[in-house]
Amino acid sequence: MIELRIDGIDVQVEEGSSILDAARFYGIEIPTLCHHDGLTDYGACRLCIVEIGEGDNAKLVSSCTYPAEQGLTVRTHSKRVVQARKMLVELLLAMCPSSKTVQDLASAMDVQKVRFKVEHNDCILCGLCVRMCAEQMGAQAIDFVNRGKDRKITTPFDIKSDVCRTCGACMYICPACQLRCQGPEPPGDVCGSCLNVEPVCLEDEDDKMCFLETCGWCYKELGRTKSKEEKRRKID
Amino acid sequence: MNKLKTPADLKNIIQARSKKSNKPCIVVATGTCGIARGADKVAIALKKGLKQHGLESKVDLKITGCHGFCEIEPYLTILPEKIFYVKVQPDDVEEIVPKTVIGKKTIERLLYTDLDTNKKIVKEKDIPFYKKQTRNILANNALIDPQHIEDYFGINGYSSLSKALTSMTPEEVIEEVKQSGIRGRGGAGFPTGFKWEFCRKAKGDTKYIICNADEGDPGAYMDRGLLEGNPHSILEGMIIGAYAIGANEGFVYIRDEYPIAVSTIDNAIKQARQYGLLGKNILNSHFDFDITIVRGAGAFVCGEETALIASIEGKKGEPRQRPPFPAQKGLWRKPTNINNVETWANIPLIISKGAKWFAEVGTEKSKGTKIFSLVGKINNTGLVEVPMGITLKELIYEIGGGIPEGKSFKAVQTGGPSGGCIPEDFLDTPIDYEKLKEVGSIMGSGGMVVMDENTCMVDVARYFLEFLQDESCGKCLSCREGTKRMAEIVTNITKGQGKEGDLELLEELATVVKDTSMCGLGQTAANPVLSTLEYFRDEYEDHIKNRKCPAGVCSALIQYSIISEKCTGCGACMKACPQQAISGEKKKPHVIDQNKCIKCGICLETCKFNAIEKR
Repeated sequence: MIELRIDGIDVQVEEGSSILDAARFYGIEIPTLCHHDGLTDYGACRLCIVEIGEGDNAKLVSSCTYPAEQGLTVRTHSKRVVQARKMLVELLLAMCPSSKTVQDLASAMDVQKVRFKVEHNDCILCGLCVRMCAEQMGAQAIDFVNRGKDRKITTPFDIKSDVCRTCGACMYICPACQLRCQGPEPPGDVCGSCLNVEPVCLEDEDDKMCFLETCGWCYKELGRTKSKEEKRRKID
Repeated sequence: MNKLKTPADLKNIIQARSKKSNKPCIVVATGTCGIARGADKVAIALKKGLKQHGLESKVDLKITGCHGFCEIEPYLTILPEKIFYVKVQPDDVEEIVPKTVIGKKTIERLLYTDLDTNKKIVKEKDIPFYKKQTRNILANNALIDPQHIEDYFGINGYSSLSKALTSMTPEEVIEEVKQSGIRGRGGAGFPTGFKWEFCRKAKGDTKYIICNADEGDPGAYMDRGLLEGNPHSILEGMIIGAYAIGANEGFVYIRDEYPIAVSTIDNAIKQARQYGLLGKNILNSHFDFDITIVRGAGAFVCGEETALIASIEGKKGEPRQRPPFPAQKGLWRKPTNINNVETWANIPLIISKGAKWFAEVGTEKSKGTKIFSLVGKINNTGLVEVPMGITLKELIYEIGGGIPEGKSFKAVQTGGPSGGCIPEDFLDTPIDYEKLKEVGSIMGSGGMVVMDENTCMVDVARYFLEFLQDESCGKCLSCREGTKRMAEIVTNITKGQGKEGDLELLEELATVVKDTSMCGLGQTAANPVLSTLEYFRDEYEDHIKNRKCPAGVCSALIQYSIISEKCTGCGACMKACPQQAISGEKKKPHVIDQNKCIKCGICLETCKFNAIEKR
């Protein structure tokens, strides 16, 4: 067993686990986008970044691809991590504001504005469909093409693929093209509808708190002036 | 040629080749840089010229790689007098052969002129450009024909290999390299000896070593200089490394945009194989090793080691998260050691002269010498090899000869597109890995781009960001979108469309890109932005608030106009203007139609009366 410390809690996990596996096993929620339990990890969306190491050696790594190492110190929601994640979600929102998955992430992380020129892409290049097609369907009908800003996912030579069985698994797993955000706001940059809802867990079901589901409270805390005492008072 | 079966065979051939002859010889440098300036034509002309005078058998003609001083190419040295001629044209040969080769007289006009004193210098080594350098590696480029392994034997080549194989255990080799303190010359500066040790100790029977020759930084060509000038030093380093690590197979990953380097190293490998220095049972040591060349298809990111490995495996050139490090799981998931060309070329020196000798040069944490390619707005463009710890000022002014046309220095960018721009205030910074990092830049592989007062730093940041957004593999969101958005913001600023808050957003984004990207490309992609923002923020603000480009580079923010008092109405600018934007009667002041003007600046260059103003 590997022993490490996540958010101040000493934990033990089996060798070969990733930091993400370890955190989730202990109920610590780390947001992800390109991770899927049935597929190999790719580390493309960077949302699952966590801070490891101490002092000057502290750095951010993607928890899905970083192995849980003996004696490692991990912070899943440090200020550096949270601020970076918010920027990443802002970049995603600017790419594909119509994706419900992305809008939900934005709401959960209290991202309220997009400061970049908004493009309405259909694809956020997370690569879930590519891995789904290759690893679960055994087809390898699609893959990434080109690099940098020209990167896209397509079939070889952009023509109908002979190996594609039109099974639809790529569409099933896509976080961008299938689920359009149905929020109350007119189609725009940030829907933000979920932000208007106070977390019920705090008002009614005190005990459940966010251990069952991410409520986004910790992200909001950083952005707002509300002091810790105030928050504690509210919980009490 | 016979295979060298034992170390004694090698010793014999080295002795035979090392004998100094007083036979006259003309050395012509024909690296890629020389050929671009016509050095190959000079060599052909020399061959003809020698034939005409019946000197073919009396005078040798040696074709070498670049010696380093690219500014004055094509150049040649006439031995044994060591007369050094610069900027030689094929037509000059008619004069050189009778006057210098036969008559032993120097031709004044072809000698190098000192920039400061205007005196003529006869010998290459007396040129100030070379004086402050410590040319442990590069000096050999002038001595050998890279196409002939025999020349390399003549400078004691492969004797380090023989020493390592016969008198040292692999552990002793690693210890020697560790003691020397050499750090990776590719950029990150990881101690080479420790890297080797990790790989040696890693579990697994099959291990690989790789030479990273995928040099892609704009303006950097140190590795090309070595590959074209002295390929066997790299091969010798690799064989020693393979012996130390326990690898039997090696790869040279070289970019295909270097056709001469590819053919030179290919030829070198074949010759080494013919002599038995590659293959089975090298020098009767029961150690087998061979090298394969893999040509890169031009992706900058493939210089990153995990992307390079993926590329050799035939996959897309995309990095992956480390750990596992290549030393644990690299090529085909076997322990792999990757070093840069220059690192490999240093190894034979460390083995033959010892770790102590190597560690004498340099600073506390950065040992030995480092090759830089000095380019941009500098008088002496070329490859320089200097001891670590030399200051930027010494490098730029004493070796580089300062800025041309008496202009003032503005910044120097070290470490390629992902390096930072260092302003004049920090010119006393000694060159070592840590010190460059402290001032917001990196050592990188050794590119050094000098910029003068006419450079717009916002435009520089834009240029590098555009390079990086094209060259990012696109795997990470942060790098792909981050470089794209940074380029978008900076391009808007250069177009005069910058707005309040842009700089703060740029800074915030740059920090996140640096923090969250997976590989070195993304982690350093923000350096050009962050360093220019730190040192040249006022220039950005001028662009945004005053819609002015202080250096007069960003075309959207400048305007050409004619000063009517100075204009004589000669009409030269009118004729030169490609847009017919200038009009006016003869001998009366002309005017520029701003709607037609494309701001090419030809009128400014044409006007003899300084009547054109750029604002």
